[in-house]
Amino acid sequence: MTYRQALHDTLRDEMHRDEDVFLIGEEIGVFEGSYKITAGLLEEFGEKRVRDTPIAEEGFVGAAVGAAMLGLRPVVELMTINFSLIALDQIVNHAAKIYGMFGGQTSVPMVLRTPGGGGQQLGATHSQNIELYYAFVPGLKVVAPSTPADAKALLLASLRDDDPVLFLENLALYNTKGEVPDDVAPAEIGKAAVTREGSDVTIIGYSRMAGIAGQVAAKLHDEEGIDAEVVDLRSLRPLDRETVVNSVRKTGCAVVAEDDWLTYGIGAEIAASISDGAFDYLDAPVRRVAAAEVPLPYAKPLEKAALPSAESLTTAVRETLDAVGARR
Amino acid sequence: MAQTATRSKPATRTKSGRTPARAAKSGPFGGESHELLRGYFQQMTLIRRFEERAAQGYTQAKIGGYCHLNLGEEATVVGLMSALRKTDLLFTNYREHGYAIAKGIEPGRVMAELYGRSTGTSKGWGGSMHMFDSDAGLLGGYGIVGGQIPLATGAAMAVDYRGGDQVVMCQMGDGTTNIGAFHEALNIAALWNLPVVFVVVNNHMGMGTTVDKASAESDLYKRAAAYRMHGERVDGNNVLEVRDAATKLVEQARESGTPALLEAVSDRLKGHSVVDPGKYRSEDSVQQARANDPVVNFRAKLIDAGVLDEDAAAEIEKQAQADADAAVAFADDSPHPEVSTLFDYTYATPVANDSRRLPADPVF
Repeated sequence: MTYRQALHDTLRDEMHRDEDVFLIGEEIGVFEGSYKITAGLLEEFGEKRVRDTPIAEEGFVGAAVGAAMLGLRPVVELMTINFSLIALDQIVNHAAKIYGMFGGQTSVPMVLRTPGGGGQQLGATHSQNIELYYAFVPGLKVVAPSTPADAKALLLASLRDDDPVLFLENLALYNTKGEVPDDVAPAEIGKAAVTREGSDVTIIGYSRMAGIAGQVAAKLHDEEGIDAEVVDLRSLRPLDRETVVNSVRKTGCAVVAEDDWLTYGIGAEIAASISDGAFDYLDAPVRRVAAAEVPLPYAKPLEKAALPSAESLTTAVRETLDAVGARR
Repeated sequence: MAQTATRSKPATRTKSGRTPARAAKSGPFGGESHELLRGYFQQMTLIRRFEERAAQGYTQAKIGGYCHLNLGEEATVVGLMSALRKTDLLFTNYREHGYAIAKGIEPGRVMAELYGRSTGTSKGWGGSMHMFDSDAGLLGGYGIVGGQIPLATGAAMAVDYRGGDQVVMCQMGDGTTNIGAFHEALNIAALWNLPVVFVVVNNHMGMGTTVDKASAESDLYKRAAAYRMHGERVDGNNVLEVRDAATKLVEQARESGTPALLEAVSDRLKGHSVVDPGKYRSEDSVQQARANDPVVNFRAKLIDAGVLDEDAAAEIEKQAQADADAAVAFADDSPHPEVSTLFDYTYATPVANDSRRLPADPVF
């Protein structure tokens, strides 16, 4: 099953299970969603529960927050994470704060689904990985599934959570395939997954780069005998420092792979966490593989060069192991 | 002074047979119930005394942060709130102490919130700008200008979704009408026919900038026309005029889900907040605001009409002062929130690996 299908099926199942779940966003109904996640749902559930909005992110995200305060469970589709910036006030000042600033009297059980990421030649304003802006904010939860099964497990968890969850998708993942058992349970938000066991080096990634980390680890194992452990963060807030640190304590070195920019990025937070929790175990500095710090260019060779890839991650892993003399 | 802009779209649904009609009356207060009139005067006076005590608490450093007072807007506050049922929902901006009291929250709990005490309306987490009480239907005061407008539209959407008969009222200031959220939220409310009444309290100034310098169309009620919504302006210093207009619009929203925009023109007796001496104001505008004082004028009119005599008015004022003093005493006697509760309100659904640490704690 594709990542796209897993998202679609999970939304549909939950709408059948819970009358309070409804979808709201631009082009999700008649148009069936820019990426077709909501295909067929307007026909099945009607306009009350699949609500096309005007192009007014601040207005409809804020309306979803207000509806969630009364106990409904809105699922907002933001066409791309880039447009979420227009709704930033409603997400950061309101969705994230309402539970806290009113002393826990009302919560905002809302899911903001939105794709991010580059690689589609969409130019600087449509290719950003700005999940960090949201992962920075207490009160929000930010999850980033990397596989179809995780897309289902994390979406189930997000839909049943009483807090606002930014659910990060990635344009490059929609067509990826994977096993999705019927009985996938809701994930525990805030738990990372060790998706591959290893003893030589820990590779930490999320979303698209978690998948690439897995591919790189398999290839390095088959071709060079390197035994890499892969940690898929899955959740950016809360952040599972413990799983990361325990892995690095075991392997002695770490490479962080992220699609966002290097400076102040999620990799920086991971590196700091490793420094806090596994400094005495480190045999080499923590390496970070991230996007080039430029507005993402349109031209294909430039865009390709700007984004982290299997090749750049492979190089970083080899160099890290060279530094510790552990490479066989 | 009531003025009306475009008519709303025709009603598309009926929720009950209730009508808001009041009998035609003659004289200054016509056939108004004297008890009701005295009640309005009592509430306006209580809010006046409460706010005076809030200003005092601020100068004594018992209240911190920002503190925006309703002084001069009591007729609007009481008029609007008397149009709502207890179950109706209210969103306000940061100038909400009076609304909280008029919506039925104990003044002591409102003052305790100003004092940052655990007995406050938001357990001390919100302060002056962020009061909340779902039992009273106050779904929050909001500190970001205009941030509450989309929320109110969304709450009305939830009422509509569930087929309830509540009405949402969304209060804001005149400066708010120029931000994008105002336009987006009113457009959506009109498109989806949601039961929400937007109320602009036009006190002529967004902080220190006058309406005519901030709004290309300074007749703010006319903006309703852009959303094919009913817009109306009333004298915000006249409690009955505010009540009547608000009641009509609230009941229209209840009957047919029709949103509307009500502009109440009022005056701010003091600065934008307690720390603002208002030096930018002309002497004329200050004199005008004082001449328009709704509490003083309403008292005089009630006495003229024989609804109150001097003794009864003094009695009400004495009681209001006692109530405001009692609110202060309650706040003073209330405990501060325990520091051990610092991490209790980040998430409603607890999470694994939540970062629950104080700056001095080790990370692991």
